[in-house]
Amino acid sequence: MQLNDIQLDLLREIADITDIPTGAYNIRSDSQSIGRQSSANIDIVPKEGVSGLDIFIKPNTKNETVHIPVVMTKSGLKEKVYNDFFIGDNADIEIVAGCGINNCGAHDSQHDGIHRFYVGKNARIRYAEKHYGSGDGSGKRILNPVTEVYMEDDSYCEMEMVQIKGVDDTKRTTVAELKQGAKLVVRERLMTHGVQQADSVYTVSLNGKDSSADIVSRGVARDDSFQRLDLKIVGNAECKGHTECDSIIMDNGKILAVPALEANNVDASLVHEAAIGKIAGEQLIKLMTLGLTEAEAEEQIINGFLR
Amino acid sequence: MLQIRNLSFSVDSQGQEKEILRDISLEIPDGKLFVITGPNGGGKSTLAKLIAGIEKPTSGQILFNGTDITDMSITDRAKMGIAFAFQQPVRFKGIQVADLIRLAAGKELTISEACAYLSQVGLCAKDYIHREVNASLSGGELKRIEIASVLARKSLLTLFDEPEAGIDLWSFNNLIEVFRAQREEISDRSILIISHQERILNIADEIVVLENGSLKQKGDKEKVLPGLIGTPSAVANCQGIRSK
Repeated sequence: MQLNDIQLDLLREIADITDIPTGAYNIRSDSQSIGRQSSANIDIVPKEGVSGLDIFIKPNTKNETVHIPVVMTKSGLKEKVYNDFFIGDNADIEIVAGCGINNCGAHDSQHDGIHRFYVGKNARIRYAEKHYGSGDGSGKRILNPVTEVYMEDDSYCEMEMVQIKGVDDTKRTTVAELKQGAKLVVRERLMTHGVQQADSVYTVSLNGKDSSADIVSRGVARDDSFQRLDLKIVGNAECKGHTECDSIIMDNGKILAVPALEANNVDASLVHEAAIGKIAGEQLIKLMTLGLTEAEAEEQIINGFLR
Repeated sequence: MLQIRNLSFSVDSQGQEKEILRDISLEIPDGKLFVITGPNGGGKSTLAKLIAGIEKPTSGQILFNGTDITDMSITDRAKMGIAFAFQQPVRFKGIQVADLIRLAAGKELTISEACAYLSQVGLCAKDYIHREVNASLSGGELKRIEIASVLARKSLLTLFDEPEAGIDLWSFNNLIEVFRAQREEISDRSILIISHQERILNIADEIVVLENGSLKQKGDKEKVLPGLIGTPSAVANCQGIRSK
């Protein structure tokens, strides 16, 4: 497998990949798999009929990684990809996904990734997904990820979802259903600039006793961009749910936070927090007294906030 | 050397001009530790903010090492070597203690270099270096981190605005030691502390008393301090300091 500079640049941005990954992987570039490797415990199988992969992780698989990055370098490509992860009981693994689009042309490039996770009993996964756009074409870079997580008893899932730069339009949809004792932790970070639009919608159903979810979304809306954050937790059992939506607004940015809690059981304990505000003046002043310019101070504050 | 010439500062209060500082003139030569005291509301913090550039004077002049800095930005003054420890330290989501100390030092620091500054203020460095400077830290912890970050600046003039406010007694003792140590090292630099704690006044070379926006008294500690003892300008040991 030979990777060109644009592919390497995108892979580095979205998955910290500088070389062919170790462990199981599939690298998709311009709608084709350009490299795939299964491991003894992780089987990556292309789907039939639709675009995408079935990824089977054997029960008890420990400390292994799966990389499935996607890059798009041709203007005007539109694709819809279905990736299903079947994570065996007691497995403990890390999954790195992410999509980078380089669009230097006049046509829109769009990747709609539908990721479904079936997390077995007592299994643990850490999932990282980073979205990035580059290229100076007038065509848009569009990413519409759908993430569905179905968690069996006592499973644990940690998701880090990041979109920092260059994606023009995104509609992110995340759905999770948790059984007894399952725990979901989500850290989302979104930065929009220019005239970008980002929509992020979560619906997390806590169906089992002692299930819990902690969803934290941090966003920065600059220039004329718009973010809509719609975080909903449904408590259908004795459970604990927390959502936090914390945003910095700048320039002419617009942010709409719509946190929602639905409790259908008297023992459901649900909390949401939402805050939107500009960078505090005293934070800028403090960093300026350390010798930073106002612009440098702003950058440090945002970098820290989105860390 | 810092020279303050005929400095006045007014604010608009419900349509009326309210004078906060009136015609202050003061010189702080290198190698000296000055403490500014006086009753609350006397204009002490405002004077420190004017020196750091956070507020702009209504009239008068500020010179630093011969350069007129009256119209300079906060950033440019900081770059000239003025450091400012806030009375109420600022919290940041996501910025770690190590980041703040690195930004203060203005260069990359090894973790052990950054930790050395925390140790100076009595914090166990390994417990704090990767903590976020956010609401999870207590007021006392934040205050010590603030002072550590200012020590990292290695500035020519360091302003401390009520460094004892919000800290516990143990930290206060530690703080006095920090100032004593600083005092030994400042032959080409100077320190200006705003405080009415007697023990801090006791380590001053000179004491300045501000009252109702005017400079009421100024002189060697030996001359000024005896007259202040027992007044709000020189609060005895531990008063106002939280005991743990």
